[in-house]
Amino acid sequence: MLLASYWFFSTLTIAFGATAILLRNPVSCAMSLAVCFISLAALFISLDATLIGIMQILVYAGAVMVLFLFIIMLLDLRMEKSRRLNFGATLGGGLVIAAFLSMLTKVILSDPEFAKPLPPLAASAPDNVRMIGMTLFHSYALPFEAIGVLLLSATVGVIVLSRRTLR
Amino acid sequence: MPTLANYLLASGILFAIGLGGVMLRRSIIIIFMGLEIMLNAANLSLIAFSRYGLVDGHQIFDAQVLVFFIITVAAAEVAVGLAIIVSLYRARQTTHVEDIDTLKF
Repeated sequence: MLLASYWFFSTLTIAFGATAILLRNPVSCAMSLAVCFISLAALFISLDATLIGIMQILVYAGAVMVLFLFIIMLLDLRMEKSRRLNFGATLGGGLVIAAFLSMLTKVILSDPEFAKPLPPLAASAPDNVRMIGMTLFHSYALPFEAIGVLLLSATVGVIVLSRRTLR
Repeated sequence: MPTLANYLLASGILFAIGLGGVMLRRSIIIIFMGLEIMLNAANLSLIAFSRYGLVDGHQIFDAQVLVFFIITVAAAEVAVGLAIIVSLYRARQTTHVEDIDTLKF
């Protein structure tokens, strides 16, 4: 059951991630990216990270994708015109990606530690949301406040950047 | 039961897709989507490690808190990045990276 859901959602994530990169119409790219994020959230939930899965849907598939679609609408981006491909750059990029992927596959498949099946959680395992809250506010209280300051400065920065004339 | 290697390979392939988008596409919006895919691939491997590294059957939640912070920072990054793209479009009327070559040697 878990194995079937793993294969289903990981295939969905990778397929829609690939179409998000390959399609030429920016709106189709944004829509397939949204499907990619939602199936990634399903993978998170299958790994017992319920809160992170829900946050993934709310923040990524909700807020971030709406922002992307809004910018595509605002800039009125049409189908990208196909231009002459720069063969050297394309070949170099393809080589770097192939080297990265083959190296990663070799490392992951070589270590027997990575071939362990999913270990069972203890029956008395506490609630996911409760434990994340405890960890966040006990060990990571200062980073949490710093993130608040970061969000505030990002908000102010966005407002300054999107004014019509910069003074 | 899926193994840890399954999740890490899915995360690696997703990261390679994002890297390909950043290196091979030339529309700024698509490059930005590639960055988001790469961040999400890193999140997937963090969550997988957090689920597999149990202590007496109990999870350590530090990795999930780190993912929480990554999602927050990524949201701020998207907002600022898209604002920069909008002001760039106002100045140059293009979102194609090859048309923006002032700093190119």
